[in-house]
Amino acid sequence: MRRSVLISSLSMALVLGMGGLGAGQQRFELSAQQKPETAEVKIDNFSFGPAALTVPVGTTVSWTNRDDIPHTVVSTDGVFKSKVLDTDEKFSFTFSKAGSYPYFCSIHPKMTGKVIVQ
Amino acid sequence: MSGKRKDEILHDHNHDGIDRRGFLKCMAWAGTGAFCLMQGGVLKSYSLSRLPDLGSKEAMGELSFVQISDSHMGFNKPANPDVRATLEAAVDKINGLSATPEFMLHTGDISHLSKPEEFDIVDQILKSAKPKDVFYVPGEHDVLNDDGKQFLERYGKSSKGTGWYSFDKKGVHFVGLVNVMNLKAGGLGTLGHEQLEWLEGDVRHLKHSTPIVVFAHIPLWSVYPEWGWGTEDSAQALAYLKKFGSVTVLNGHIHQTMQKVEGHVTFHTAASTAFPQPQPGKADSPGPMKVPAEQLKSVLGITDVNYVPGQHALAVVDSSLA
Repeated sequence: MRRSVLISSLSMALVLGMGGLGAGQQRFELSAQQKPETAEVKIDNFSFGPAALTVPVGTTVSWTNRDDIPHTVVSTDGVFKSKVLDTDEKFSFTFSKAGSYPYFCSIHPKMTGKVIVQ
Repeated sequence: MSGKRKDEILHDHNHDGIDRRGFLKCMAWAGTGAFCLMQGGVLKSYSLSRLPDLGSKEAMGELSFVQISDSHMGFNKPANPDVRATLEAAVDKINGLSATPEFMLHTGDISHLSKPEEFDIVDQILKSAKPKDVFYVPGEHDVLNDDGKQFLERYGKSSKGTGWYSFDKKGVHFVGLVNVMNLKAGGLGTLGHEQLEWLEGDVRHLKHSTPIVVFAHIPLWSVYPEWGWGTEDSAQALAYLKKFGSVTVLNGHIHQTMQKVEGHVTFHTAASTAFPQPQPGKADSPGPMKVPAEQLKSVLGITDVNYVPGQHALAVVDSSLA
């Protein structure tokens, strides 16, 4: 009796896991077809969310500061640099070339993020 | 109210004359600065809110000065919608001291967004303080958008590099350092090669018995690197100060008082005149700490006396805020 309960909960977990994977794949295909041209990064609690963002070439990424403290968005390689963003202020940048773009907050350099352009 | 007077102290856990109600009323945490006293070549630091406890004899020394920090003029969020009033409260406390301190140190984040009008307001408020000289070092909020040009024009005309300098008062050598410029991704505060080289030369010819006071915005000791509360190359700076018998390091940035002693070096951080920040790791981020009643006790801890006994002896007074 105990064993059968264990087995059924295991198989449930497997099904759930696969379901999750399937949904993820679907989303990916959808975004590839529609080629969304904008993406958003939120700054909350001294962190960039999502910290790593993958977008197609040509996407405009915008960052919004939702903290009570100002932040900046500065490319580690000097590709882009925002002015200081106070609460609710935004910065946008359009990525026209494929590549990996690490960035950070120059006021709080422990805050780091990355945009991967494919 | 059960017949109690409105301003009566009900719970004074820290014996600092402030209860929860009184605290909310006068926002004593925000008005705090540190009163520093050089006695026998060793610096002692007292929270301004505890000074009435200090006898006039104890308050005598070769030199006294006040450290204030993190005024964040321009900040207007719920953690403190009136940072102007709390800075004025700090000045009132300074002016209430029985002996006027020689000068003031401001350890940075004078402004919140580096706006000229924010600096103007602080300048105007500090003009009403009895000590006339104020020595500044920049915080990261003072050098936004212009790599610190405005800060240098206002406060650093006779300084070197991005704003570092030294001066002597009554036999004590003071060194103001800048560790908020050219911060690198993922890193901490940085002094940089040029400044370190200057520091080495600046102290080279001083007698070993000269008391040294170093002040900078970001802590020069590793308070909590996960939140960026430390300085990458501070060890090199401290190495140049090894030969001195009395070294005191004064910092701001973390909006709470802490002390630590390592060898002959005493590290202090000052409270903010604007808003408190959480204890290291005790929140999701180091953002401004609002002060609802249930958290008040930890905030009140900031007004605890942090007192380092004299001699060159060592007392670790890591502040117990909870």
